[in-house]
Amino acid sequence: MTDFGFHLSKSSQLDLSRVDRERLNRLYELEPGARICMTCGSCGATCMAAPYSGMSVRKMLLHIERGLDVKPLLSKCMLCGKCTMVCPRGINTRNLILNVCKLYD
Amino acid sequence: MIYEGKQKIWSDYQKEIPDDHWYYVRSCIRQNFFPASERMFTEITRNVLGKDMYETPFHTTCGGIAYHADTIPQETVMTIVARQFALMTEAGYENYCPSCITSFGNYAEILETWREFPELEARIRENLWKACRREFNKPKYLAHTSDLIYHWREQIREKAKHLLINRETGEPLRIVEHIGCHYAKMFPHKGVGGAEYPYVLAGMVESWGGEVIDYPERRHCCGYGFRQYHVKANRGYSVSNTHKKFESMEPFHPDAIITNCPGCPYFLDRWQYVIAEQTGKTYGRNGYGIPVFTYEELAGLVLGYDPWDLGLQLHQVAVEPLLDKMGVEYDPKAKYLGLNKEDLMKPEMPSSIKCC
Repeated sequence: MTDFGFHLSKSSQLDLSRVDRERLNRLYELEPGARICMTCGSCGATCMAAPYSGMSVRKMLLHIERGLDVKPLLSKCMLCGKCTMVCPRGINTRNLILNVCKLYD
Repeated sequence: MIYEGKQKIWSDYQKEIPDDHWYYVRSCIRQNFFPASERMFTEITRNVLGKDMYETPFHTTCGGIAYHADTIPQETVMTIVARQFALMTEAGYENYCPSCITSFGNYAEILETWREFPELEARIRENLWKACRREFNKPKYLAHTSDLIYHWREQIREKAKHLLINRETGEPLRIVEHIGCHYAKMFPHKGVGGAEYPYVLAGMVESWGGEVIDYPERRHCCGYGFRQYHVKANRGYSVSNTHKKFESMEPFHPDAIITNCPGCPYFLDRWQYVIAEQTGKTYGRNGYGIPVFTYEELAGLVLGYDPWDLGLQLHQVAVEPLLDKMGVEYDPKAKYLGLNKEDLMKPEMPSSIKCC
């Protein structure tokens, strides 16, 4: 194969028909706070792991809603709970992450 | 559906195209990419259809390519364009037809801007006078050259030697039509059929016996997008767009692609080679690509011109599969002979895509 110095990018097209609605609904039951997230990004801004790993609760929720793989993100969380302290909606993000681990890991 | 309502909406996207007396301006890049296309346009319009198609050697770039690459301000572009209009006025014409889609979009944008902001037009007139002591009238009609071939498509059909029909099966050839973004996406009412249902190329294909393919990414960009290609770091984005289009059209097995923009045929043609080299995948049958044509080249084939006089040997993707389907006669040994039988030399053949 010839190296031209540039490559085909992976498609960023979302296929919402691939979202596992059953597990997502189960997550909403276990942690109702997942429904009220307004994706402000405070969790990602305060996350100690974010600058090095890209971890963010917001990103994790968006990944789940879009049917994308969340396993690589989950392994980065240290469960320090800073995101819970800053969430303006008062979502118990640590409980959310633990339930995501149960359902998606 | 209320039929009258649909007719009214459709009538907004029809344009009046005068039948004769046009001031023709060439593209900056088309003659490098597909060198015979513009010559074939003047050949067909003047010598086959008998039209008055005037051009001047004093014409320069319209500035559109620099404008869309964010390198010159719009007022400078407007003054360049004002000079082109002055040349048209001095030659005694009022119908203006650019060969380039970006020029067409550029002229349309400037005329619309002047209509909304007359004080800006007055300032540009002053700039032009200070710069080169010229004055101009705005064109009465602005049409892209593909609009003109569309307008005269039935006259071309009457003189046709080969139609877009498979010689062996008698079935219409399956053609993908790709419209340049600057044709109608910026000003839908300036194009035949608007931005969503542009009919300019589909009309040619249907008149000449072919069948137009509808596919999911039909209105997607070819991938050129100026900065996406000119900056090498962005070229992956450019080729990915083209890849997306080809993946979308592949299940419909197109026989050819027809385009009306300088960049689109180039990128749809050359990127097929790059995609084949990077992934090993080709989109035509038996290891070939899908041949890509400008509308002038396709009109030339329909009218019976020699494929090598149309410059088809300069395409990356081999055109021979389509020539065979149409029943066009050609001499394979003459493929790399230029004007006056000068040897152009055979290029190195790629490893992943068949090029005859």
